[in-house]
Amino acid sequence: MMFVRVALLVLKKDFAIEVKSREILYTTLFFAVSCVLVFAFALVRDGRAIDDAAAGILWIAIAFAGTLALGRTFERERYGETLRALLLAPAPRPAIYVGKLLGIVVLLVLAETILVPLVALLFQAAFFARPWLLAGLLVAGTIGFASVGTLFAAMLVRSRTRDVMLPILLYPITVPVIIAGVRGTSALLQPVPDEPAAAMWMALLVCFDVVFVTLALWTFEPLMTE
Amino acid sequence: MDFDVITLTDVSRHFGRRRALGRVSLTARSGDIVGLLGPNGAGKSTLIGVLATLVAPTSGDVRYGSQTSRQAPPALRGRIGLLAHDLHLYPELSARQNLAFFAQLYGIDRREIVDAALASAGLADRGDDAVSGFSRGMRQRLALERALLHRPRLVLLDEPFTGLDDHAVDLVAGRLRRLAAEGAIVLLATHDLDLADGLVTRVMLMREGRIIADEAAAPGLRARYRAMIGAA
Repeated sequence: MMFVRVALLVLKKDFAIEVKSREILYTTLFFAVSCVLVFAFALVRDGRAIDDAAAGILWIAIAFAGTLALGRTFERERYGETLRALLLAPAPRPAIYVGKLLGIVVLLVLAETILVPLVALLFQAAFFARPWLLAGLLVAGTIGFASVGTLFAAMLVRSRTRDVMLPILLYPITVPVIIAGVRGTSALLQPVPDEPAAAMWMALLVCFDVVFVTLALWTFEPLMTE
Repeated sequence: MDFDVITLTDVSRHFGRRRALGRVSLTARSGDIVGLLGPNGAGKSTLIGVLATLVAPTSGDVRYGSQTSRQAPPALRGRIGLLAHDLHLYPELSARQNLAFFAQLYGIDRREIVDAALASAGLADRGDDAVSGFSRGMRQRLALERALLHRPRLVLLDEPFTGLDDHAVDLVAGRLRRLAAEGAIVLLATHDLDLADGLVTRVMLMREGRIIADEAAAPGLRARYRAMIGAA
């Protein structure tokens, strides 16, 4: 009970800060939309996109925007060393991790609600043929990406090279998540949507989520103690 | 859980090859106001980090009463208040939101306590203003109240007088004396010898990660500090 209360408290605090500053939401959205537009200019000719490009572009935009959001979210905790104050609180330390993770996931899901229609429009991708399967893939993939990213961003918060190190550490480990996300989404974009394949990739993403979140909860406290 | 004494026994801490603390031993009891003095890089902030359970010692033993710090259980952390050099405040939030957030995090009833803390910081009329608009002194007073919100048993302060005017210094010093009289153990790291003189009940001089003197406070702190740090 206390675990959930603290996680929600951290989420509520991050939400209150974001409502006041709107910094992370706007920068993440701007970056993600710019990324999609650049790919659209490069890969769409005469109104036709390269086959299977849409799924890859969508997930690249999510990964890049997510990396930006992760860095900025923990930059706030670095300013004033508030992360130390959170760690000193009489609360389960993994609950702080879960609160931060939820904040990132909510932010990325918000970004995805803009990105999906945009990519669908520019790349003429039938994302909405199987909306629930697509939503499942996106949420599962976002949790997998953000679970690793939140742990690394927290670890690197006191490192001077955090901006360089975060993508270097994050991308190799989350490659399976990105691949599963791309392949699952791509299966849904076939002329005849391949639902069994999409479901299989989604199940794989859920497995990644379980492994990554479990490992992060297990390692967060020892990693955060200097 | 509560405790009346903290004991460090041969505590060392290394960051890579650099030794930040070398076999530090100390005991502080309820009612003590201990001044940690020493030049930059002496290990004061690391020692405070170790006592706050945020920095794990490389070797040695830290005890809070009979409780060891190795597990740093939440109940133990709930008895520690820390005002570090960085103020542990969210500048985007208002003073009230900052205090309310930390009060909730510590599981304490927020409204009365937050109002009292704002009044104590002299910010009752600025409670709804964003902290980013505050002066350094106002932030410092707010940060002190944040650190003391849960009435900690062990109060750790790193340069608590930074940015405070004379009136605020008197208020903070009075607050620390009251805390000690109520049974808290207060450790403060400072470079301001004039302020420490007359406030602290014990003095620990640190240099190169070691405690080179641990004595009861007496007038003439600056002269003794110069003699010891210069001679060490």
